[in-house]
Parts: sequence; structure tokens; C-alpha cells
Amino acid sequence: MNLIEELKSKFDKEILKFEQKKAKRVYIDIDPKNIIPFGSYLFNKPALRFMIASGMDTRSGIEIMYHFSDDSTGVIITLRVILTNKEKPEIDSLSNIIKGTNWIEREMHELLGIIFIGHKNLKHLILPDDWPKDDYPLRQKERK
Amino acid sequence: MDKKCVIPIGPFHPLQEEPEFFRLHVDGEKVTGVDIEIGYNHRGIEKLSESKTYDQGLFLVERICGICSCSHPFAYVNAIEELAGIEIPERARYVRSLVGELERIHSHLLWLGLAGHFLGYNTVWMWSWKYRELVLDIFEKISGNRQHYGAMKVGGTRFDITGEDIGWIEKQLDELLPAVDMFKGAVMDDPVIHARTKGVGIITAQDVKDYGAVGPIARSSGVAIDVRKDDPYAAYGLVDWNIVTMNTCDVFGRAGVRILELYESIKIIKQCLAHLKTTPGPVDLNIKDIPPGEGIGRHEAPRGEVVHYVRGDKTNSPTRHKIRAPSYMNIATNEKSVIGYNVSDALIILAAADPCYCCTERIAVVDAFNRKMLMNGNDLIRKSQEKTKKLRSRKFGVSSS
Repeated sequence: MNLIEELKSKFDKEILKFEQKKAKRVYIDIDPKNIIPFGSYLFNKPALRFMIASGMDTRSGIEIMYHFSDDSTGVIITLRVILTNKEKPEIDSLSNIIKGTNWIEREMHELLGIIFIGHKNLKHLILPDDWPKDDYPLRQKERK
Repeated sequence: MDKKCVIPIGPFHPLQEEPEFFRLHVDGEKVTGVDIEIGYNHRGIEKLSESKTYDQGLFLVERICGICSCSHPFAYVNAIEELAGIEIPERARYVRSLVGELERIHSHLLWLGLAGHFLGYNTVWMWSWKYRELVLDIFEKISGNRQHYGAMKVGGTRFDITGEDIGWIEKQLDELLPAVDMFKGAVMDDPVIHARTKGVGIITAQDVKDYGAVGPIARSSGVAIDVRKDDPYAAYGLVDWNIVTMNTCDVFGRAGVRILELYESIKIIKQCLAHLKTTPGPVDLNIKDIPPGEGIGRHEAPRGEVVHYVRGDKTNSPTRHKIRAPSYMNIATNEKSVIGYNVSDALIILAAADPCYCCTERIAVVDAFNRKMLMNGNDLIRKSQEKTKKLRSRKFGVSSS
């Protein structure tokens, strides 16, 4: 059984939407509260590598994509979560399971204002320390 | 008496590609901790890209890095072509791979020179930079520039390589090959370099997994990952080559992987040139419109995998453009590799991640309690070079000269 079939059967109820855009690109929408079981399941597969996460401000909420690469087949599996509460977007931190998420979570915290619950050190990574509070550069703003 | 000190390294130096700041906590000569800070030169390119067209964006991302200036455009065109479902002409595939591999050669030679300088082998530095010129001459001839070649374009490449140029590039590579043999001998067979680099800066395969490290760092720890093989693009699936791995997990392995990769790159370029002689066709499809959608593009840059994620609506610029450079994952491994070693080894360990770590003029050892300057960057280079000299005289009885 290949990895995608395995994922589908194991997390049958938790997968909100499954989309295979190309043979090697898989996008899976999940509920933000399931990020820890999904993230740790994928990370603990020997062939899977955490590539990066990317956050985005969309109309429906703050969207986070976690990209995992299967280096044995070249498939990229992207977990997509949407945090609908734009005032206070919160999600569990993966940094205690995957060390490689430490920096990118800090970056998303400062650029998009996402709060990663359980992250041990959410200080600024790329913005200066005196950057104004509540001003998130990657949030979409109305042009004045 | 407590002898704990903090050594700040960075953040700026002209020889560094990316400014970064390491705060080494030392107890006497021994490194006991490291804080890493980045963001000193954050240019907001992801945000800037949202206001550029796809075509302008290529020039923008080309300027992210000066050393591997075609890596980011390479990954970006891969992402846009995935988004739009474009298949590029076969001839363009060979030109793209050729440019990508030439860049790997010059980047690895640049690193080798710097590593040699840190270890006190200034001859290695001078020679490797001398032979790097052969590659830069090729770039100047085919693109008009030594750096920032502007080769990539959505749907193909901006220039073709034809006629006399093909034979001339082959000649240049033939000239380079004996130099690579020489470097291999100089680094891989030298007992003093072995003593300085073997067992130093250990990063295990588990650390590679934990931190998501890529490129020569992963491959020197026995993790055979290479996007060119795992998810082939351009001409990498059409030519014959091998992934180079080593199992030493140390600085020696990282140097070895880079040197052996030079041979593979030359092999790829020669095959691309042979195909360019026989493959007809255009190198560009003249793409005008990009449909809405999303795509992920990857390229194996000299330092590891570059990832670009692009999402577009119906306009001709992206709504989100996420960029991840390999160093973003690799630099974080320094908190594993540098702790427990001597200050004189710290420099080469940090350099082995290939952020071309030469911010040494900025180094100063400061007494953390009374803020007194104890040592500066030149002292640190001197310390590293002295260690090599001492080892050399112990092994060969060569007096310092």
C-alpha cells in the first residue's frame, strides 16, 4: 500500500478535502486541531522530510500549508489548515515534534500574527525587535 | 573564577552571502552553546514579488543570492510552469541544466577556497579561485555576465548555446578537470586536513531528519537526497549521473561531497553539450498568460534544495510567493554541530554549512562581565591557521614559514 492510500485509510474521517493536482503533488485539507496527529504521523515516516510551511492571508482566514517531501518518490504532500478567527489565529506548534519547524513558526508568528501554542521561543526571527506590535507585514490590508 | 565568555560572530561581512549572527558561548576554548540570529538583511522579497509580474519576479528572485543566482529563478520557473501546466522544449531543458551545473561548479570552488583559507591553506584558496574563473568566463561568453545570467524564463530560456560556443565550453571543461583532480588530492589525501576536519562538527542522519537539512550537509551524513534525482526536472532525468554521498557526518565529508560533485557536474554538462549539438528546436515557448492556480517548484542548488510555492489568481502576478532557501534549514543545524568543539574549530564548522562564513573581521571576543575586548576576527583566523601549522610540524617536521 502506498503512502497516499495509507493516509486515506488511516485518517478517513479527519481529511476534509483530498486533492491530487498532479501525479506528484497532493494537497490535503485538515482541521487545525488535527495538526499534531497528522504532522507527527507524516514526520515519523522514514522517507518523509519536512520541507517548509507557508502562511497566507486569504478571505476565508489565515491559511497555513505544511509541505512534506517524500524523497523516495518525489511526491510532495501538503497539509492545509485554515484558521478562521483572523482576530486571534491559533494553532498547536509542531516545533516540539519537528525541530525544523522552529524558525518557520517564529517567522509566521511575526509576519502573520499566528499564535503557535506550545512554541517555546516565539521571539522575532527576521523583523527587528522594536517592530510595532499588531502590525503584521504579510496580512492583506485595505489600500488607503 | 568563572571564565565563561560570549563570542559574537557576524552579522555583516562583504564575503558573506547572507548576514547572520552567531553568539558562541564559550568556556575557555570550548564552545558550550550557540544562539543564531538571522534577519539582518531581510528584504521582504516575498511581499515585493506580489507587486511584480511573473516575468519581473524572475529578475527579483535572481537577486536573492549573488553566488547561486540562477537557483531561485530555476525553482521559480519550475513552480510557475507547474501552476500553468507548461512543458518546456527539450533544447531548453539542456540549456537550463547546463547553467545550473556550471553554477554548482563555481559555487563549490568558491566554498573550497574559503575553507582552505580558514584552515591556513591559502594556496588552495588561490588555486580554486583561479580555476573558478574558467567557469565565470563561460558564463560571460554565453550570457554576457559573470553573475546574474538571466537564463531562466517561463516556458524556456532567454538564450541558446550554439555553434562554436559548444566546442569552446568543452575545451574549458577539459582544462578544469585536471584542476579538480588536484583539489581532490590536496584535500582528500592530506593528513593534516584529515586531522583538522575528521570527526569535527558531527551532524548525524537523525539530526538531518530533525532539522530538515538538505544538500551536501545531508549527503555527507549518508542521507542520499537530491531533488535532481528524486523529482527530476529540466534535463536531469535525461542524462546519466550519480548522487554523491559520504558517511563521515563531519566537515571532511562535507568537503568530500562537494569536491566529488564537481566531477558529476562536469559529466552532466558534457552530456548536455552533446545533446545540444543534435537536438533541434526553439528554447522558448513565448508564454504570455498564466492561469490561476498553485504550484511548487524545486531546484537542487549548490547548497541544497530551493523551494518556491506560488499561488496566482487571474492577474499576471502571484498572490502569494513563498521562498525557502536551503540555508534556512541548514544554518539551524549549527546548534548541533558546533557545541563541544574548540573555538579554533568553530570557524570551519560554521563554514562547512556553506554560508561562506567569512565574517571574521566582525568577530570579537568580549568578556561578558566587564565588556572588555579580548580577541578580534584576525586573531580567530590566526588561531585556526596556527592549529594547522602545529599539526603539520608534528606530522612532517615542517617548521612554520
